[in-house]
Amino acid sequence: MSGIYIHIPFCRQACHYCNFHFSTSLHYREALVKALGEEAALAAASDFIKPEPVATVYLGGGTPSLLSGAEIDFLLRQVRASYPVAGNAEVTLEANPDDLSTGKLEDWKAAGVNRLSIGVQSFFEEDLLWMNRAHNAVQARKGLELAVQYFSNITLDLIYGVPGLSNDRWKQNVQTALELGAPHLSCYALTVEPQTPLDKMIRKHIKEPVDAGLQSEQFLLLMDWLQAAGYEHYEVSNFAKPGFRSRHNSAYWKGTPYYGLGPAAHSFNGDVRRWNIANNQQYIRAIRSGTIPYEEEVLTPIQKQNEYVMIALRTIEGLELKKLGKEAQQQILKQATRHVARGLLIVDNARIRLTKEGKLFADGIAADLFATE
Amino acid sequence: MDRFAAGNVSEPGAAAGNSPEFPLKSVPLQPRKWGISMKNIRNFCIIAHIDHGKSTLADRLLQATNTISDREMMDQVLDDMDLEREKGITIKSHAIQIDYRSPAGENYTLNLIDTPGHVDFSYEVSRALAACEGALLLVDATQGIQAQTISNLYLAIDNDLEIIPVINKIDMDGAMIDEVKDQIIDLIGCKPEDILLASGRTGLGIDEVLEAIVEKIPAPAGDPEAPLQALIFDSVFNSFRGIIVYYRILNGALKKGNKVKFVSTGQEYEADEIGILKLKMTERNEVRAGDVGYIITGIKNAKEVKVGDTITLAGNTNPVAIKGFEEVKPMVFAGIYPVNTDEFEELRDCMEKLQLNDASLTFELETSQALGFGFRCGFLGMLHMEIIQERLEREFKQTVITTVPNVSFIAHTTKAETIIVNNPTEFPDPVKTDRIEEPYIKAQIITKPDYIGNIMTLCLGKRGILINQSYLTTSRVELIFEMPLTEIVFDFYDKLKSQTRGYASFDYHPIGYKDSDIVKMDILLNGDKVDALSALIHRSRAHEFGRKLCEKLKELLPRQQFQIAIQAAIGAKIVARENISAMRKDVTAKCYGGDISRKRKLLEKQKEGKKRMRQIGNVEVPQEAFLAVLKLDE
Repeated sequence: MSGIYIHIPFCRQACHYCNFHFSTSLHYREALVKALGEEAALAAASDFIKPEPVATVYLGGGTPSLLSGAEIDFLLRQVRASYPVAGNAEVTLEANPDDLSTGKLEDWKAAGVNRLSIGVQSFFEEDLLWMNRAHNAVQARKGLELAVQYFSNITLDLIYGVPGLSNDRWKQNVQTALELGAPHLSCYALTVEPQTPLDKMIRKHIKEPVDAGLQSEQFLLLMDWLQAAGYEHYEVSNFAKPGFRSRHNSAYWKGTPYYGLGPAAHSFNGDVRRWNIANNQQYIRAIRSGTIPYEEEVLTPIQKQNEYVMIALRTIEGLELKKLGKEAQQQILKQATRHVARGLLIVDNARIRLTKEGKLFADGIAADLFATE
Repeated sequence: MDRFAAGNVSEPGAAAGNSPEFPLKSVPLQPRKWGISMKNIRNFCIIAHIDHGKSTLADRLLQATNTISDREMMDQVLDDMDLEREKGITIKSHAIQIDYRSPAGENYTLNLIDTPGHVDFSYEVSRALAACEGALLLVDATQGIQAQTISNLYLAIDNDLEIIPVINKIDMDGAMIDEVKDQIIDLIGCKPEDILLASGRTGLGIDEVLEAIVEKIPAPAGDPEAPLQALIFDSVFNSFRGIIVYYRILNGALKKGNKVKFVSTGQEYEADEIGILKLKMTERNEVRAGDVGYIITGIKNAKEVKVGDTITLAGNTNPVAIKGFEEVKPMVFAGIYPVNTDEFEELRDCMEKLQLNDASLTFELETSQALGFGFRCGFLGMLHMEIIQERLEREFKQTVITTVPNVSFIAHTTKAETIIVNNPTEFPDPVKTDRIEEPYIKAQIITKPDYIGNIMTLCLGKRGILINQSYLTTSRVELIFEMPLTEIVFDFYDKLKSQTRGYASFDYHPIGYKDSDIVKMDILLNGDKVDALSALIHRSRAHEFGRKLCEKLKELLPRQQFQIAIQAAIGAKIVARENISAMRKDVTAKCYGGDISRKRKLLEKQKEGKKRMRQIGNVEVPQEAFLAVLKLDE
């Protein structure tokens, strides 16, 4: 089973922390949507991914919710026309709270969307302003209240570790999400990516830098609250009630093939990773001429192993030793020892998992377990 | 002296084509037969400060005499190690034979012996000089006399060499020909007209230099019929041929197949191949008194060949050693360890190979609690240490950790034992120590008068005592200090450079040991003593040193998942402390389709970095931290 990702590279305004590919000019919107449909056909005709049922479709961005209902319908039709999408496929759409209207919700549902991922980030005005989000606190709450009337499978994005976000306000954010009945939460520590407006503002001392101590504190609190509320912490930043894990994202973490449509979208077939050009105009031009503008890397066995280690360690299942060769197992266990001793890793049943404390240091630990060429 | 006097002596055995109607350089020389008379041999070297153009001048001499064609010409052919070319210094000396026909039509053999130009290698220089009868004293017209020039000049004068002063780079902007002439006259007492002017860059004055070599430098004296006596001035390692020994024959002759003996070691060998040193080695059946040549005997280990040793024939029961031979003694010691403990055997192999062609490198096995198995190495000086480290990394692909360098101390215990301390771990318990001696040097610094104050402050701060101050000219002053060698080991060169904006040259010679109040400074990371970071230092400097070292380590150690305490201690007394606070969080928030390969690459890079770190207790220490002590003021 494979997954399809569709990248909608448009936003109304730029969040200061975002380093994804998007444009705030909607000038090429129509042409781009058309090109996305064409890429689906071109991709399906190529042999990059074996023809197999598509289990998940994910419309991400950018801001897919700023497209019209008809455009979403068009895209999903194009995907279905090119790929054998399973009848019970999970179809997720990322939406901004200010786009949540009765009309759009109905259209999406009619088009086949059955899961919403809502970019709330915070229910407090000051945080939203700090992040330069397009919506306000009232829209966040109202939008969500409306969405739950149409969709039961809903996830919210929340951001913590934002300068000025107290532990108390963080708690209220999480509590509000729980009260509104979201069965899935993605909670991200605010990350200052290089070259983003946020990065530049911090360098110029216009904004306060993030405090790693506060972030780790809020992460630990979050784990306590959501565990108490009956959510599984199934990936470093993802929490779900039983049965509500994101099937699409889980596929990334299991290494199953996926195809990404649109500028800057990534695809992976188990051996090769491709990424489309991160430029809307050039993307459209290439697709019009019948070619997909991509670059690719062929993963070496070591790189594949390292990716597995890095990703698996972040999940609730952990790293399964039996998926690795004898030599790799020994190497990894040897490297794991001191992290086990410090209480950051647990080895049991031939699986290596991060402890609660260990989740704070997933990257450094993964690097330690890496093999080198 | 009659400029063409030498040209009047015609040799019956001299090469064909020796007729005056062929002007110089118009036709290629006929191949010279073996056996040019000693009267027509000149053995010389070039004395110069670093960057004064020695190698370039040598290149021009080779070109002007067609020893090397323009096509073969690579700049600075004599410096054939990559590292030499890059650092612009000659590390190992070499020799090359030049066929020269004088304007008078006389054929000569000129042996140019190239010498290293750095203070660490002054013994090698002295042996190369001993193989010569004359020297070109090369001085940069824009720089004037420098300390290195003077110290090597004194070595040359000690060896009774005829000195030919040459001012180089006279075509450069900023050439101060008259001033430099005055400096040279003051120094060697020659006449102004004896000083040649040249430019290695343009070739100006090269013919005059060649003429002066044959006119002024005496032909070798020596008895071709006497028992063989040859001075070893260098050796090189060749992976196919073994050790190739370079020598100058003072008396007698060496024939292919002779059984020879090295006097200092008493070892005997067969002369499998002998010959002379053209651009490439050129085999001969005999090399005779006065000439410079090579010998291959199947020796595989450079340790058997000692620069300054005498070669004689095996049957010689009463060999006379050429005076001046010394066992080369290392001046600076440091540990060299593999970054990965399991690469120790590989490193041992490489060290042994490296020693095959650098006999001045000494090493013995040592173990460190922090670093495991490694080697205590002895070097001629700091530059030599740097060269060895770089050669291990470049030529042998070894990633090594070099520990804090130290000099050799002598400890006298209360039980009247004498311990040579080449390693802080050998430093005896202060309670059982009667006294410690440390090596002193005589340091010679030549600079502009403007910088006297800065140099005084620097040297006095390094426990130096001013012995003499003399003006060489109105704009150049020579300062002589007595200083502990250990003060030079740490950060002296860089400071001297910055304090004088590069307008100082420096040279030193060991002058023996003096009593001193030396303490052992230990560094502790989270309470664990890191033996590889221990240093031996004078008590008066210990506190400041400890504080700076802790600060430097704070900069160099990466933040880890727990707090790190860095402490400097003398015995049980902590004299300085720094903390590195714990890393609070190290986890990427998002890891979806597009993030995966970016993140993997980042972590792979991090992993590579960690490969160059050593785990000490629970602290990861990067390679460069072990040399933090050398960078305290950066």
